[in-house]
Amino acid sequence: MVPIILMFLSLVSCNGSNPKQDPMFQKSIERGAIVYEDFCMQCHLADGEGVPKAFPPLNNSDYLKNKRIESIKAIKFGMSGEITVNGQKYNTPMAPLGLTDEEVADVMNYITNAWDNRNSKMTTADEVSKIQP
Amino acid sequence: MNFRFPLLCMLSFFTCISCAQDKNPVNTNHDYELVVPELKIPWGFAFLPDGSMLINEKDGTMIHFKDGKKTTIEGVPEVYNRGQGGLLDLVLHPDYKENGWLYFTYASSEGEGNGGNTALMRAKLDGNKLISKELLYKATPNTTKGQHFGSRIVFDNDGYLFFTIGERGDRDVNPQDITRDGGKVYKLNDDGSISQGNPFFNDPNAKKAIYTYGNRNIQGMAVHPTTGEIWTHEHGPRGGDEINILKAGANYGWPVISYGINYSGTKFTDKSAQEGMEQPLHYWDPSIAPSGMAFISSDHYPGWKGNLLVGSLKFEYLDKIVLKDGKVVKEERLLDGLGRVRTVNEGPDGYIYVGIENLGIVKLLPKKQ
Repeated sequence: MVPIILMFLSLVSCNGSNPKQDPMFQKSIERGAIVYEDFCMQCHLADGEGVPKAFPPLNNSDYLKNKRIESIKAIKFGMSGEITVNGQKYNTPMAPLGLTDEEVADVMNYITNAWDNRNSKMTTADEVSKIQP
Repeated sequence: MNFRFPLLCMLSFFTCISCAQDKNPVNTNHDYELVVPELKIPWGFAFLPDGSMLINEKDGTMIHFKDGKKTTIEGVPEVYNRGQGGLLDLVLHPDYKENGWLYFTYASSEGEGNGGNTALMRAKLDGNKLISKELLYKATPNTTKGQHFGSRIVFDNDGYLFFTIGERGDRDVNPQDITRDGGKVYKLNDDGSISQGNPFFNDPNAKKAIYTYGNRNIQGMAVHPTTGEIWTHEHGPRGGDEINILKAGANYGWPVISYGINYSGTKFTDKSAQEGMEQPLHYWDPSIAPSGMAFISSDHYPGWKGNLLVGSLKFEYLDKIVLKDGKVVKEERLLDGLGRVRTVNEGPDGYIYVGIENLGIVKLLPKKQ
């Protein structure tokens, strides 16, 4: 039984690192949870479902899943203008949060692995530092 | 802006549907005019004697708006623009014409430690530059937490300055401890010194500037036009926003007592009352996320004199509150759906001016008959 589980786990992690196996990734997610509670939760809510017409969902969000760079950019610099998430239009500006590159990476790792979301590609502070407005 | 009104009415209608949990009805018996366009987060503003305006944008820009033109004020201190922190409230000294002092609050990294905390400064305006800057108060410790800086400033009828500092996201440490900053209302003389009459002046360990404690995050404060009392509202947790009238030395209970629950839906206290802690005059459930506060003291709005106005960030309207015998008896939505209402002031002309995020400053007008 154990070898089968190990095989399964190694298969899953082929695609990048599995957060559960990579202590760096896991730590980043844990720090990101605190950033989320501090800066994001009031609008996007504890369950990541957002508020209809005002704040887009993060849980099961096609935008977050498919637009990695745009998502990081929004967290790093804030965002304005209309976007479409899961077929719904949103136009509430998001003010710049003032986060460090590491915090942007941490919260990105958290929201892409919280609730129903799963993502194996870890965001790093280095990657965030290269993203320009 | 009148041509936009039908569209706005439609928008209001849809906004209502999407916020069904807030039951306050829409009042359409008013009009408005956009007087300062294109602002992002107009956190505080004040009228200069010549009728022009000084406006604080949260991002750290102080704007002089005169004859339809915006000029950026130079010499504004560096602002810790993170989370809810930034350049915050702005008021003029009651004798501004004689002494030229203006007061403002902002999030500042000054002092030891990483992060920031709320500061109060006074300065004078020389052309488009701030001069004679004096840092009157800087809360400690600095923290990288993004929440709850406060901050509003008022002068009471005796010339004392009151300002607020939120609990900086440290709920279980700051608000109930009078030896620490945060989760408090502060009372100072106009030069920043502390009056001997302050409630904790003789307490050796207390922060002597403290006037009330057990507050969470006060972003609305106004002097009652007839009683002279200082009214505040504060952001509670989910379902626990409050209106309070300040009493020297009083404990408003946060987080020991509250009508709210955690954002996540879990409870942090079973108590909504306790001996020695103040009960709010009113609480909002659902929370409206209140910011800005003013009383209507002029006769410009028929039947509305004495009403209290509070901005709702969350539901994007100006809450018109009718009071009777010290109780809230009616609430209605004004300027419904225009945007997140951040700041409300009664101008020297007796009209109500409202700072709305990503729109600007609008003047509330009675309906044309």
